Amino acid sequence: MKKLSMAIAAGLLVATSAAQARDNISIVGSSTVYPFTTTVAENYAKKTGNPAPKVESTGTGGGMKLFCEGTAVESADMTGASRRIKESELADCKKNGVSPVEIKIGYDGIAVANAKAADAYNFTRRDLFLALAKEIPDVASSELKLVPNPYKTWKEINPALPDAPIEVLGPPPTSGTRDAFVELVMHEGCKSFPAIKKLEKEDGDQFKKICNSMREDGKYIEAGENDNLIVQKLQANPKAVGIFGFSFLDQNADKVKGSAIEGVEISFENIAAGKYSVSRPMYVYVKKEHVGTVKGIEDFVTELTSDAAWGDTGYLAEKGMIPMPEAERQSFGEAAKGLKVLESL
Amino acid sequence: MSNKTELVRASLAKRYAREKRFRFYGLASIVLSLTFLVILLTTIFMQGWPAFTQTYMQLEVNLSAEALGVESTASQEKLRAANYDAVVMNALNARFPGVTERKQKMALKKLVSSSAAYDLQKQVMDNPQLIGTQPTIWVMTDDDIDTYFKGKIDRTQAEADRRIKDFQLAWLDDLAAKGEIERRFNVPFFTSGDSREPEQAGILSALMGSFYTMLVTMTLAFPIGVAAAIYLEEFAPKNNPFVDFIEVNINNLAAVPSIVFGLLGLAVFIQFFGMPRSTPLVGGLVLTLITLPTIIIASRAALKSVPPSIRQAAYGMGASRVQTVFHHTLPLAMPGILTGTIIGMAHALGETAPLLMIGMVAFIVDIPHGITDPAAILPVQIYLWSDSPERAFTEKTSAAIIVLLFFLVMMNLLAVLLRKRFERRW
Repeated sequence: MKKLSMAIAAGLLVATSAAQARDNISIVGSSTVYPFTTTVAENYAKKTGNPAPKVESTGTGGGMKLFCEGTAVESADMTGASRRIKESELADCKKNGVSPVEIKIGYDGIAVANAKAADAYNFTRRDLFLALAKEIPDVASSELKLVPNPYKTWKEINPALPDAPIEVLGPPPTSGTRDAFVELVMHEGCKSFPAIKKLEKEDGDQFKKICNSMREDGKYIEAGENDNLIVQKLQANPKAVGIFGFSFLDQNADKVKGSAIEGVEISFENIAAGKYSVSRPMYVYVKKEHVGTVKGIEDFVTELTSDAAWGDTGYLAEKGMIPMPEAERQSFGEAAKGLKVLESL
Repeated sequence: MSNKTELVRASLAKRYAREKRFRFYGLASIVLSLTFLVILLTTIFMQGWPAFTQTYMQLEVNLSAEALGVESTASQEKLRAANYDAVVMNALNARFPGVTERKQKMALKKLVSSSAAYDLQKQVMDNPQLIGTQPTIWVMTDDDIDTYFKGKIDRTQAEADRRIKDFQLAWLDDLAAKGEIERRFNVPFFTSGDSREPEQAGILSALMGSFYTMLVTMTLAFPIGVAAAIYLEEFAPKNNPFVDFIEVNINNLAAVPSIVFGLLGLAVFIQFFGMPRSTPLVGGLVLTLITLPTIIIASRAALKSVPPSIRQAAYGMGASRVQTVFHHTLPLAMPGILTGTIIGMAHALGETAPLLMIGMVAFIVDIPHGITDPAAILPVQIYLWSDSPERAFTEKTSAAIIVLLFFLVMMNLLAVLLRKRFERRW
């Protein structure tokens, strides 16, 4: 036993000495940003000949936690986020002495899609809210009165929609896609009721309670984090509608088709032009304290903000990311190069 | 005939029927589980088999000093920085002249994998004499092209729904007709690490990660497990409440969900001891905790099955307790202990959940060279590929499953062989 504990102690020593001289960048964060950070990581490694960065897929929240943990060498150097950093997270970062540099890298669209063989849908965000919210405001009463969601078919909600049962496959609450969907679709649909819109300012908690809750009666089915699985299920069940990232729609254009939202088709051009409403920005946060300590961070940022990567025809666009407009790219590119620290939101 | 015989005879048919029914149920359940197994394996093999080959395309490249921008006498640094992308692009333009439209030009570039330029770079750096020649080389095609040649893109579909458009089909038909397309064994799949480009993605980084993780697990779990088993079986006082308590706990530990061990690893090894995340060292330590109960239980069973007469004979000859155990009991129990260990290791090899917690779900391109290098492991690689949007990763996922299954079968086979070869019956 003595030998064993010595072996473990020796292992620990080796481990700590390895952590002190780190030459591979460590990136954590959102699974939505993961495909893009990994692509940049690979190209950075090939171009510079440096060791390839390690990219972990931890989810946006988990990534922020690891990123803001502190400035020790073994902590993460960058984190990807499929939403902007929260006030609380920024405060946490500051408390631990971490100065984040914010780089917006581009946009990701969220598709509401169904099988190729099925009818095409044209939803408004209000339709989607009415179909998916746990409780909806009673239209008959003038005051804000909530009733459990009674709708069973799309036609009941909006006569223009097909007479098909509501069956939506979507991500679980742990997913960043779900957060974005709730914010971009459910909240907007929610606000189409004046009474709730008023509530947003007066009673934020109540507003969130109404607008964030999804149905639990089997009409909204949590299909797991794997978007490929949702695509397969949609193919098998033409009546169902699924919610997933644009890159999966792009890759499976022969199996599924995206629905229009407020009359705007989901397409690369429409998202890039800001016409398609259900799209969200993606961010990468860089720990300024580690620039210079960990080898290659500056080169990585240069690679990430190069036109070959995030430009209109760059390799990230090929992977399904929607590039930012030229002017926005320029301003974020400069901020990144100057390592401008994000002081407040 | 007596009354009793009458009664027995009457129930006889019923009893036979009952037995027949039972046999039928048993057989049916075996057939059912076999069917599922066959379906599972066939789908995996059908899907994964194509990933072991890769489509290559012939390309006549012009490695003139002007095109590359370096002389053959240039330093390695300069050779590395030469413009290989342009050489590949020129070769494609020469093969398909007259492509001017922007979209088609991009598609032309996407015929070959982005690794083509890096392959060329490596070849030239290894042999600078190539500069000035016009060699014909074979390069990997892009994943979409590869998928097409594997018959997974239906050309009868509407053009808008296809990832390969009509003009690309015309190019590909021309290439295929002239014999400039070849399916080869996919060597890079076994010699490279993960990649975001499906055609360049390989399994070696995950394989080495699994290997180092298993190495750590094996070196820790086997001696600790066997020592614990020997102590509990041979030395610990019998009917001692404390010993009983430990025994109950070991049995319970074997049933604890593995994710709990992952959380423990995160809290203890990473946060308290400050070991680096995503490394085989931490992964191996966590898996050690998971395999320990299995090894202890199997080893105790093996020790228990050694007949007491062996021990008594040893004592009779004046051997001490330690001598008895290490000279007689342990060697005889070894086959059983090894079998248990190998099965425990096979179990650990397929474990994913606890490793999610300690950061082993990571994109690793470089092949790990030690237990403190960041690494992914096979099951995690499967998980990551299955979650990737690119269509070509579907076959990679299944291929990785085949590789994992191969190792699991090998390990179990080894366990069976050890048992058959060395087991002694009394």
